[in-house]
Amino acid sequence: MKDIKVLGTGCAKCKSTVAIIEQVASAKGVPVKLEKIEDMQQIVSYGVMSTPSVVIDGKVVHSGGIPSRDKVEQWLSA
Amino acid sequence: MNEMVVRWPERNPRLFLTVAALVWLALYKALAPVSEAVVAALPVDRNSHLGGALQFFFYDTPKVLMLLTGIVFLMGMINSHFTPERTRAILAGRSEGMANVMAASLGVFTPFCSCSAVPLFIGFVQAGVPLGVTLSFLISAPMVNEVALTLLLGLFGWKVALLYLGLGLFIAIVAGWVIGRLKMEAYLEDWVRDMPKIQATAGDTSMPLYERIRTGFSSVREIVGRVWPYILAGIAIGAGIHGYVPEDFMASFMGKEAWWSVPLAVLIGIPMYTNAAGIIPIVQALLAKGAALGTVLAFMMSVIALSLPEMVILRKVLKVRLIATFIGVVAVGILIVGYIFNFAL
Repeated sequence: MKDIKVLGTGCAKCKSTVAIIEQVASAKGVPVKLEKIEDMQQIVSYGVMSTPSVVIDGKVVHSGGIPSRDKVEQWLSA
Repeated sequence: MNEMVVRWPERNPRLFLTVAALVWLALYKALAPVSEAVVAALPVDRNSHLGGALQFFFYDTPKVLMLLTGIVFLMGMINSHFTPERTRAILAGRSEGMANVMAASLGVFTPFCSCSAVPLFIGFVQAGVPLGVTLSFLISAPMVNEVALTLLLGLFGWKVALLYLGLGLFIAIVAGWVIGRLKMEAYLEDWVRDMPKIQATAGDTSMPLYERIRTGFSSVREIVGRVWPYILAGIAIGAGIHGYVPEDFMASFMGKEAWWSVPLAVLIGIPMYTNAAGIIPIVQALLAKGAALGTVLAFMMSVIALSLPEMVILRKVLKVRLIATFIGVVAVGILIVGYIFNFAL
């Protein structure tokens, strides 16, 4: 199971990011553990400079903006 | 067919951009005659109040939306060169002065959302970008952006847009430099100061042209999709004023003679929070009723650059004293700009 974290302080873009990952995961039937990180100190500890960012299994894969559907599908099929 | 349209930018991005630019220009040129024809076709006298208002609305709405789409698309493509990581790498290790100028200018091109202000701030400080230079960036990024500039260009002409650009950069540069001189590093929150220092690396920003085109389209979807209702409201208000309200209505209390109107405009602007698009309806209304340009621009800058919610976010990394200094220095800068405008024009 993939451990996915969405880093963001709760703006609209962060919510859309969580939503699109949920959508793609359920459409593909991939089990994921999706977590939203809103604490600032935790967010910056990943070394990202813009939010929303996406961390999969401890690795930052995306930063600054809502990821495209294609991109999310790639993450979940790998 | 649809498949071909989707693949086209990918297969021949240059041709696609050229054709898109030509189509855009042709449409833009056609706006004035088409809007005249539309109003002429309506059962309204062109020279009546309503006719004037309608003509203004039918011409300005598509004009501003087209300008915005075009410029946001271009900026989206340019933005893809300037990731925050790259901006940081450019600024890291430079001494102040010139670096303030660069930080403010990069603020115009680097994509920025105020919800990212804190991670960005920390990322800069961690990589050794001086505090004042970081603040130059944080002042310019939200205040001088493509949406504000396009709206000013479309509704008030290129002179006002250029003045706003120049003065916005000026405030960001000077305010950042002054705060740098005050040596206020001690007023960062402790956990920020104690963060481990890191080496700034630019990361890879290279991508094929069609990817940049795609980035351009996605910023159009995102930005124009978000701001169009504000713009419509702004132009509708503007159209109403254009047709009906007597000129000089605001002149007595927001005109050049009322010296106190500039500080008042800045003060009122601080607790207000909206983006550049949201403020335009108000700016439109104030200007049309005879308020002085300097006063109105000071109000606009204060609303966008000094917002209470953003200060609350920054409070997580800055101590109160530094935030107060930040607000004070930027407010003074805006005041000076407002007065210069009012006296010079």
